[in-house]
Amino acid sequence: MSAVTAPVADRALMTYVLRLADTALVLAQRLSAWIGHSPAIEEDLGCANIALDLLGQARLLYAYAGELEGAGRTEDDFAYLREECDFLNATMAELPNGDFGQTIVRQCLLDLWRLELFERLTQSTDVRLAQIAAKAVKEIRYHVRYSSGWLVRLGDGTDESHQRVAKALTTLWPYVTEWFAEDAMEQALTERGVAPSVAAVQVGFETRLAPILRDATLTRPVDVDYRWFGKRSQHSEHLGHLLADLQSLHRAHPGAQW
Amino acid sequence: MYTQGLLEAIPKAVSALEDSERMARFQARIDAEEKIEPKDWMPDAYRQTLIRQISQHAHSEIVGMLPEGNWISRAPSLLRKSILIAKVQDEGGHGAYLYSAAETLGIARSELIDQLLSGRAKYSSIFNYPTPSWADIAAIGWLVDGAAIMNQIPLCRCSYGPYARAMVRVCKEESFHQRQGYHAMLSLARGTPAQQRMAQDALNRWWWPALMMFGPPDTASQHTAVSVRWKIKRFTNDELRQKFVDFTVPQAQFLGLTLPDAQLQQAADGHYQIGPLDWSEFNAVLKGNGPCNAERIAERRAAHADGAWVRAAAIAHAAKRAARAVA
Repeated sequence: MSAVTAPVADRALMTYVLRLADTALVLAQRLSAWIGHSPAIEEDLGCANIALDLLGQARLLYAYAGELEGAGRTEDDFAYLREECDFLNATMAELPNGDFGQTIVRQCLLDLWRLELFERLTQSTDVRLAQIAAKAVKEIRYHVRYSSGWLVRLGDGTDESHQRVAKALTTLWPYVTEWFAEDAMEQALTERGVAPSVAAVQVGFETRLAPILRDATLTRPVDVDYRWFGKRSQHSEHLGHLLADLQSLHRAHPGAQW
Repeated sequence: MYTQGLLEAIPKAVSALEDSERMARFQARIDAEEKIEPKDWMPDAYRQTLIRQISQHAHSEIVGMLPEGNWISRAPSLLRKSILIAKVQDEGGHGAYLYSAAETLGIARSELIDQLLSGRAKYSSIFNYPTPSWADIAAIGWLVDGAAIMNQIPLCRCSYGPYARAMVRVCKEESFHQRQGYHAMLSLARGTPAQQRMAQDALNRWWWPALMMFGPPDTASQHTAVSVRWKIKRFTNDELRQKFVDFTVPQAQFLGLTLPDAQLQQAADGHYQIGPLDWSEFNAVLKGNGPCNAERIAERRAAHADGAWVRAAAIAHAAKRAARAVA
C-alpha cells in the first residue's frame, strides 16, 4: 500500500495535493495534543478547533488525491498506511510542540504561509482544488487571528514570554525556507495555473508577517542556508514517532472497520 | 450528572437562620416553577448547594477530557479522530460554560479551579477509571454520556435559571456524544473477533462504574429530599439509575454484548433488575483511591502550572495595551 504503482494521469497534481494534505494532517496531530493540557480552557477549545479544521482539510485533500490516483485509496489509506518516506508534509508541521510559545510560533508561521497559499489556490485552474481552497481559506483566516493574536500577546507580554517566543522563532525559522524553495514540479504546476507562484506566496507571507512581528516586538531572523525538505520526503527524526503513534491502532487491525 | 460528592455538600443552614418570610416567598416561587435568577434573593444553602453542584459538574467535564484525550492521537480512522476531537472540545466548552454559570452565584472561576487542583473539590469518580483500549472511548460515549444525559435532562428544568439554560445546550451535545459512542461500539461489536473482544472487555469494566454515577442509593442519600424540594433535583438517584438500566439493557442486547451481571433479569412490570452494586469500590474511588485519581489531578496541575507564564503574559499584554490606549 505504501508505494504508488498505478499509472496516474496527473502525478504532479496528486503529489501537490498530498503535500497540502499531509501538512494539514501532521499539524492537526501535533496541535490536538494540547487538548486538555493547554494554559487555559479557552486554549483547549482554540487548539481543538484549529486541529479539527486542519483534519477536515486533510480529509478533503486525501479524498481528491485518491480520485486523482484512481487506485481506490481512501483517506485512511493515505493517513494510516503510508511510511514516513511517503509523507510529503512541510517539515515544520512535524516538529514537537515544545512549550505553548513554540506551538504558537509554529502555528502562526504555518497559518500565514497557508493563508497566502490557499487564498491564491482559490484561483487555481484546477476547479476541485479551488473549491477545497475556498472552504479552507475561511478557516485559515480564523487560525491566523488566533495564532497571531497569541504571538503578539506573548512577544509583547512579560520578559519571560518574550524570551520564549523569540527563541522559538529562531529555532523554527530555518524550516520556513523549504516553503519558498521552488522545485521543478511546483514550477510546472504554476505554469499550468494550478498552483500559485511560490515567489508571490513568499512576498505575501513576508508582508503579512512583518506587522505581526513588529507588534510582538520580535525581529525577523536572518535566513540560513540549511533547508529541510519534508515536501520531498526528507524529514526530521520526529515524523516517525508521530506516525507510529497515529497509525498504531489502525495497523494493529488490518482491514478492520471502525 | 457528576454530583455524587454532594454527600458532604449541603451546609446545615437549611432549617434555621434564613428569614422565614423571604424563605416562604422563595419556596412559593419554586413551587410555581419560576426560575431563580442571579440577582434574586436565595437562601445561602441553596446558593452553596448550586455552587458545589455546578462546579463539580464543570470540574468533571474538564477532568473528563483526559481519559478520552488519551485516544485522540491514536483514533483508528480520520473520521473517528474528528469526532473524538469535537467531543472533547465540547466537554471543554461545557466546562467553560458551567464555570460561568457558577460565577453568577458570586464565586470566581479561578477560585473554583484552585479548589479542584488542591483536591478540595470533587469531580465525577467515573473519570478516575483508565482508558486502556479504543473500546473504552466507545463505552464512555455510550454508557457514561448515556448516564449523564439521564441525570442532566431533568436539570434543564432546574429552578436556577442560568444552570437550567446552560443544561439545555449541554444536553443537546451530550446526546450527540452518546450516539457516537453507541455507533463506535456497534462498529466494534460487528467487527473482527479482536474488536468484539475489545468491546466486551470495555463493557465489563464500565458497566458498574456507570451505574454508580447516579450516586448512592436513596436509602443512603440524605440530601435528595432538600434538593428535590428546591427543584435542583427532580428525580432520586435510584429512579434515574433504573431509567438508565431500562434504557441500556436492550441496547446491549442489540449489540450482542453481555452485561457483566449474572443476576440481571426483567421483572414482570418490564423493568430490569440489577444485581447489587459494590459501594465499597465507589467509596474508595470517591475518597481518592481509584485507579487514576492521582494521575488526573497531577495532569490538571501540570497543565495549570506549565501555563502560568502564558496567562501572566496575556495579563501583562492587556495591561500594556490599556496603558497605551490611555496615553
